[in-house]
Amino acid sequence: MSDFSSAAAGARFVNIGERTNVTGSAKFKKLILAGDYDAAVSVAREQVEAGAQIVDVNMDEALLDGETAMATFLKRIAAEPDIARVPVMIDSSKWSVIEAGLKCVSGKPIVNSISLKEGEEAFLDASRKVRSYGAAVVVMAFDETGQADTKERKVAICERAYKLLVTDGFPAEDIIFDPNIFAVATGIDEHRRYALDFIEAAAEIRARCPRVHISGGLSNLSFSFRGNEPVRRAMHSVFLYHAIPAGMDMGIVNAGQLDVYDEIDRELRDACEDVILDRHDDATERLIALAERYRGTDAAEVKKAAEWRQWPVRERLAHALVKGIDEHIVEDTEEARTLFARPIEVIEGPLMQGMNLVGDLFGSGRMFLPQVVKSARVMKKAVAHLLPFIEAQKEPGSDTSKGRIVMATVKGDVHDIGKNIVGVVLQCNGFDVIDLGVMVPWPKILEAANENDAAMIGLSGLITPSLDEMVTVAEEMQRAGMQRPLLIGGATTSRAHTAIRIAPAYEGPVLHVLDASRAVGVATALVSDGPGREELVHRTANDYRALRESRAGRGSNELAPMLEARANGFTPDHSEPSPRPAHPGLHSFDDWPLKDLVEVIDWTPFFRAWELAGTYPAILADEVVGESARGLLADAQAMLRQIIDEKWLTAKATVGLWPVRREGDDVIVLDEVRTRLSFLRQQVRKRSGRANMCLADFIAPKEEDWLGGFAVAIHGIEPHLKRFAADYDDYRDILLKALADRLAEAFAERLHQQVRTKYWAYAPSEALTNEQLIREEYRGIRPAPGYPACPDHSLKPLLFGLLGDRPAGIELTENFAMLPTSAVSGFYFAHPEASYFGVARIGQDQLEDYAQRRGIDIELARRWLRPNLD
Amino acid sequence: MSAAAAFRAAAKQRILVKDGAYGTMIQAEKLGEADFRGNLTFNHDQRGNNDLLNLTRPDVVRSIARQFVEAGADVLATNTFNANSISQADYGAESLVGEINEAAARMIRDVVDSADDGRQRWVAGAIGPTNKTLSLSPDVNDPGYREIDFDQVKAVYREQIDALIRGGIDFVLIETVFDTLNCKAAIMAALEAEVVLRRELPIMISMTLTDLSGRNLSGHTVEGFWASVRHARPLTIGLNCSFGAAQLRPHLAALARQAETLVMAYPNAGLPNEFGEYDEAAAETAGQVREWLNDGLVNIVGGCCGTTPAHIAAIAEAVRDCTPRAVPDVRSTTLLAGLEPMVLAA
Repeated sequence: MSDFSSAAAGARFVNIGERTNVTGSAKFKKLILAGDYDAAVSVAREQVEAGAQIVDVNMDEALLDGETAMATFLKRIAAEPDIARVPVMIDSSKWSVIEAGLKCVSGKPIVNSISLKEGEEAFLDASRKVRSYGAAVVVMAFDETGQADTKERKVAICERAYKLLVTDGFPAEDIIFDPNIFAVATGIDEHRRYALDFIEAAAEIRARCPRVHISGGLSNLSFSFRGNEPVRRAMHSVFLYHAIPAGMDMGIVNAGQLDVYDEIDRELRDACEDVILDRHDDATERLIALAERYRGTDAAEVKKAAEWRQWPVRERLAHALVKGIDEHIVEDTEEARTLFARPIEVIEGPLMQGMNLVGDLFGSGRMFLPQVVKSARVMKKAVAHLLPFIEAQKEPGSDTSKGRIVMATVKGDVHDIGKNIVGVVLQCNGFDVIDLGVMVPWPKILEAANENDAAMIGLSGLITPSLDEMVTVAEEMQRAGMQRPLLIGGATTSRAHTAIRIAPAYEGPVLHVLDASRAVGVATALVSDGPGREELVHRTANDYRALRESRAGRGSNELAPMLEARANGFTPDHSEPSPRPAHPGLHSFDDWPLKDLVEVIDWTPFFRAWELAGTYPAILADEVVGESARGLLADAQAMLRQIIDEKWLTAKATVGLWPVRREGDDVIVLDEVRTRLSFLRQQVRKRSGRANMCLADFIAPKEEDWLGGFAVAIHGIEPHLKRFAADYDDYRDILLKALADRLAEAFAERLHQQVRTKYWAYAPSEALTNEQLIREEYRGIRPAPGYPACPDHSLKPLLFGLLGDRPAGIELTENFAMLPTSAVSGFYFAHPEASYFGVARIGQDQLEDYAQRRGIDIELARRWLRPNLD
Repeated sequence: MSAAAAFRAAAKQRILVKDGAYGTMIQAEKLGEADFRGNLTFNHDQRGNNDLLNLTRPDVVRSIARQFVEAGADVLATNTFNANSISQADYGAESLVGEINEAAARMIRDVVDSADDGRQRWVAGAIGPTNKTLSLSPDVNDPGYREIDFDQVKAVYREQIDALIRGGIDFVLIETVFDTLNCKAAIMAALEAEVVLRRELPIMISMTLTDLSGRNLSGHTVEGFWASVRHARPLTIGLNCSFGAAQLRPHLAALARQAETLVMAYPNAGLPNEFGEYDEAAAETAGQVREWLNDGLVNIVGGCCGTTPAHIAAIAEAVRDCTPRAVPDVRSTTLLAGLEPMVLAA
């Protein structure tokens, strides 16, 4: 049965969700314009989960086909029972958009809005249509002369509309008046009574028009205090405190952005009340003066912060876990220990309860990765405090674990941010994670899994050769007769690769896990006894089989023969060869100032590493993840200051600029040994007018030309990571690794700029902003081995040979991963028409040709180029 | 007095009885293709096209209706559950929709008017759900896809309703509603037909539940459904088909509490057996229905799949001395709905 009985009691004030509105939410607008309805549907789900009782949908955007967007979105949310359970408010200023929506909604929606703006006939005509579709209606206090601003006008227009509608047979109970909430505290005298006029009009309209409802959009009210959330929240709460008793019973409002009236700081509350009720001549000035004190604080949070220390210890532990506050965790854990008979009960009881709450919040998208990692840090510290007591009691740590998971970054690969994040999240959800670290050979992985009786194995990797290594691990698991599930993750992995290459190698379950947020669901299902496990395993196996079959059956893009592709190469204008560098040869930098790099950091990938989706700086204002992103950025900047002030890290680089000659798809460096750099050419058949690109095309075909190479690395991270590990601080561990990665990328960008303007100096007067740098609005490219234009990682040893002994202090693993991990290396091409591209699939003929050019046997070439082969 | 006013007046005095099922009664006749086809020409096999019998074997349909009248039915539906151009297209008979409906209505009108026992009876033009849905995507990979749109469904219903009006129905009966949005399109078609007709065209609405949790296929609870169709100001609201009377009871109770109009319910003769046949005995169905009556849940009862004149006679007997449900006065509350209802206090 539904929850009708509670709903039947009648809601006193109905929150209307405002986020699925393109005019009010930049995020939603972006999603709809991009046609990303999956994500747009999630926005609706989140706001229903956050307490919206009605979902307002608005598609009034000039760039949109409003009718189609409205219909498409409403049909999509109709397929989601957890969203479709609540009524919809179809919001548009265009009747055609409203009607398109009405034709898709099966329940009883609200139309927002109609008005007397175009006269009585148009008004009644619209109202009759609304009625025949079975909808309620919002009537704006708007008539032929304009929007009602005074109390008298609001009442007069609403009463006139009411009489017209009711006389025409429109059910009075289906009329909702919106008497317009305007901004107060604007400094303009005529605006002083706006809030009071609304409140008084609401009461009068309810008295004169039986059975109607009153609604309004709250955000306008506090428009003068944009950017000062504590004041805006207080104003909204104070306004509702007075408007609800007057008869306002619905509102378009962000439910999360209201304070409890009694908990608002007294001084602020009084000042808001003075403004809203227009109680003093200088009320606005006083609120503006007071507001500055609240800017950047959050009244409710500040108050809570002081309060929570007074709570019972059990609640303090839960609060600390959910908020990720580790300040008092040891003393609180100690206090809890004295309350329980056995120390293990503190873990099994309050700590696990708190972590379960964190897991639920993360799982439902109400908490984000940075907070989860902070929560994990608190948990680890509490457990670390209890462990000696548990061991002292010689108590076999009663097993509350959901299961053990062995995780490793495979042999030859050194990247582990993603793996660590997944590990932390799994631990938060009750799994016992045995992390074998990086560059782990397969015998060690299998051994650890057997010794620990692991429920499953998780493999991670960032560089493409790791894909092959994962296949090897799967083959060895098969040979060893294992049956435990194998989870595959990491930036370079994909569902397709897992299905086509890894799954056939191992008979046990193989699952690709996209990110940390999915890992928990998958791992939980896999350790369950119920049908969930079988269902997941079967569904995945079937999906992968279908994927293999569709790939096998699919006529993939036709490849041109190698010679034909080469003949269709890119022929830029080589009439002016690249200028001779101002400073040819090698240049090394042993300690580039970090401060100089901070300015050119591209923050967007930093947030992506933490699974926060969005572009910097817009992400900071994002409705969903903005708060998380701001908190994370603040922590990152604090750490950056420490990194610089305390000189934690050292930035090293090497640059080389060499004369070269082109030979087909090879570029020969004119040094003593004539190093041959072989590049790959696109072979997928192109539409006419499009070239089959190869990096060698950017080098002049006949005469001598110039090529650059570089390597940058950030050194010195290890002692700090050790320190964090000793402190059970995964949060700072991941933060530092992510920052070091960003510094390496920033260094590569900065160094490239220096090369363009100073060392090679082909663009001496270039002057670009940081945004332009990030968008790469400059001449020349710096492709890196292992990336799409130059997919073979094995060019790195050649490049490093040219750059001298251990350029930038970097060492290479057997699979050509760089150590330290925060490092970038690549080539510089200076041709004005040089651009990035992806080599994509190549044919057997190019493979053979490449093996010959590189002077290696074909099997080795096949292994290196596997991701580009069928 | 209008048909609706007379109906309401009678429903105040006693529990009214609706007829039973055409479908299962026709099945029992074991008709051959030639019976269905008559002397009409089709490219499709017409077996199972029960609605076509209104034209080709009117004697069969008329006889069934007569038996229900004799069993004590006050409301007689037309045999037009699938007589819409969407369903008839499966038989290649969509061009006959107008003819079938008009003939069906005219025939039941005649059966009702020629019963000379002095009792007033009413003809309800039956409108089925069609086999297309406006709320669901038939493509699991594309949840936003629909096979058909609101205006198409509305036009299909309008064609059927206009023909039923020509044949002389008293009420439009939108029955077996599995998709609430289809029902809303039917309501709009009826409201528009009413404007042209220039007299009242009362609507009866009957939802069907597709699972025991009490929702129809588009996901609405009975209260959510009521909120979504209340604008039709229907003469009756209720449930039909779905399950047997016993399983319908809690959902009927929820509806009876809410709806400020007459409640009509007509269950199947229990649940089908392993051969797909309904074998609940007449006395048993009547016994289950009797329980609704004791709790004052309904104003009109009848039968759906598997019910025979014997069932209707047993029901008519069971309701004879029962007090009809009192219609609650809840008009002033605001009802909104997604899949579930939302009530706003006045």
